[in-house]
Amino acid sequence: MAAISTGVHHRSYRSELRLRHANAEHVRLAIAIALLVVLPFLASPFWLTVANQVGIAVVGAIGLNILTGYTGQISLGQGGFLAVGAYTSGLLVARMGVPTGVAVVVAVLTTAAVGAFFGLPALRLKGLYLAIATLASQFIILWVVRNWTVVTGGVDSLVVPRPALGDAVLRTDFAWYWVIGIVAAVCVVVSRNLFRTGIGRAFMAIRDHDIAAEAMGVDVVRYKVLAFALSSGFVGLAGALTAHYRTIVTFERFTLEVSILYLAMIIVGGLGSTLGSILGATFMIVLPALITQAGQSLQGSFLARQLPAIQLGVFGLVIVLFLIFEPRGLARMWQRTKDYFRLWPFRY
Amino acid sequence: METLIQLTVTGLANGAILALAALGFALVYKATGVINFAQGDFLAVGAWAVFAAIATFGLHWSLALLFGVAVAVILAILVERFVLRPMIGESVIAVIMVTIGLSAVIRSILQMLFGTSPRRLPPVLPGGTVELAGAVVPVNRLVAIAAATVVLGAFTVFFKRSRHGIAMRAVADDQQAALTMGISVRRIFAMAWALAGISAVIGGLLIADIVGVSGEVATFGLIVFPVVILGGLDSIPGTIVGGAVIGLLVQYSAGYVGGGLQQVVPYIVLVLILLVRPYGLFGEIRIERV
Repeated sequence: MAAISTGVHHRSYRSELRLRHANAEHVRLAIAIALLVVLPFLASPFWLTVANQVGIAVVGAIGLNILTGYTGQISLGQGGFLAVGAYTSGLLVARMGVPTGVAVVVAVLTTAAVGAFFGLPALRLKGLYLAIATLASQFIILWVVRNWTVVTGGVDSLVVPRPALGDAVLRTDFAWYWVIGIVAAVCVVVSRNLFRTGIGRAFMAIRDHDIAAEAMGVDVVRYKVLAFALSSGFVGLAGALTAHYRTIVTFERFTLEVSILYLAMIIVGGLGSTLGSILGATFMIVLPALITQAGQSLQGSFLARQLPAIQLGVFGLVIVLFLIFEPRGLARMWQRTKDYFRLWPFRY
Repeated sequence: METLIQLTVTGLANGAILALAALGFALVYKATGVINFAQGDFLAVGAWAVFAAIATFGLHWSLALLFGVAVAVILAILVERFVLRPMIGESVIAVIMVTIGLSAVIRSILQMLFGTSPRRLPPVLPGGTVELAGAVVPVNRLVAIAAATVVLGAFTVFFKRSRHGIAMRAVADDQQAALTMGISVRRIFAMAWALAGISAVIGGLLIADIVGVSGEVATFGLIVFPVVILGGLDSIPGTIVGGAVIGLLVQYSAGYVGGGLQQVVPYIVLVLILLVRPYGLFGEIRIERV
């Protein structure tokens, strides 16, 4: 943007609704895509695995952000919904021989339905009561997974065959990178566009003031259930991806800690921002990986033995510090950085 | 019959400990409006502090208890001042997450200091068993029930009678009105956290004596939610009734039904209560309806 320009002026609704307003945004997007395309050719196997985990986390974080960030409904049941997605998809493929693609779609729909069901308390509860209700759903879902042995295999892990198309088996991290990357990209586009539609606007109206939203003609009951269903659909997709990528499903991967991890992602990234979901998911997955790497280079020392404790402590500290010093997260920091350069040499 | 008595005593003992944990939770929620997901970790801090004082420094258990109280009070006040005061006015989601982050930090520090393997506390409560209507009941459970009852009773009297207790209730009711009456809301906040810390130390000590000290102590913090929701989030008597009911329910479902049902029963109760009577048995009816 030229130094003398004073901002973005819209002359039509079409231009206002555009996702990107300035040329610089297109350039930045192109650079980001180029980097993502080059990444798998340069990354070591360790970081390629991390990148795949980030991709899956981005899908889940986008889902949770739809619910918590945009609609204002806190959920501590994320891990449970991931489990529903992972087990549905995994079981369909492993036990019934359903093609992977179909299984994933069924898993998404199932998780959306389960999410809508557990979202029903949200019709009456708000804030901390809702948090506690969703906490209960987390425990109940995991209990079902552990104890419904006939179907889920209980505490034993479920082995899922690798997805294949003809003779091509999806095996390497390199191949998975493209699959996960494309799925994550589609989710990002869907999420960005969702909040240009009436549904997305209704979600935000409910977050900002539910009674006012009702007065404006938003059907609060319908949209709250819809928000839970949509959000859980994304989460179920993330769960299904985890199941097929890891090829082993165990209940330990879906505990309360996972729910908290996802909440941490969207808080560190920025509530109510798709960019925030991406940045937050990347940050919260890459940070422990970095600590692990650092720990391996210190092999055998005191610090290396304390690695799990350090990871936990850093995790907690990041959440606390972000909430105290930058409650709007990385997305806001990015915005401020851009503003700094745009307005330079002036402060504002 | 013997099973019934045994389950009842165990259930009541667990319930008493739960009530102590829930008391700290309810105190903080009532006075400051903060939902403290780190209450279980306060229990763990209490348990480990007492353990360290007895096993490492070789103190008598009464001195160790004092040491534990000192640690818990200092920790609680630091947390209130540096973590939760900046969060005043932030959304519920932010406050919940900050206490969750805090819980992770506390757990990691405990893990660094004491490792992950569980330890046994040198017995503080009298050991042995006693026969009660044909059932063999460990004495330490009975003592735990008694100790918790005394502490909970003391807290109830404190709230009803003492100046500070009444000031705390005033702050809980209306912060501005309390300020105009000359009550220091800040000091009351600090006091609520300190008292929560103290109740956690006593609860932690009882857990440590019965089941040993480990990271598992903190998981008691999560069953606190069914207890406080059942009793009413801001009710002190509610925590006692809630603790007893949940404690008994868990034991009965473990003893008579089995199959791991006891792990999920508290949460099923929780959901039902939330759907039917979200403010609990004794809570103030002030929940926001949507």
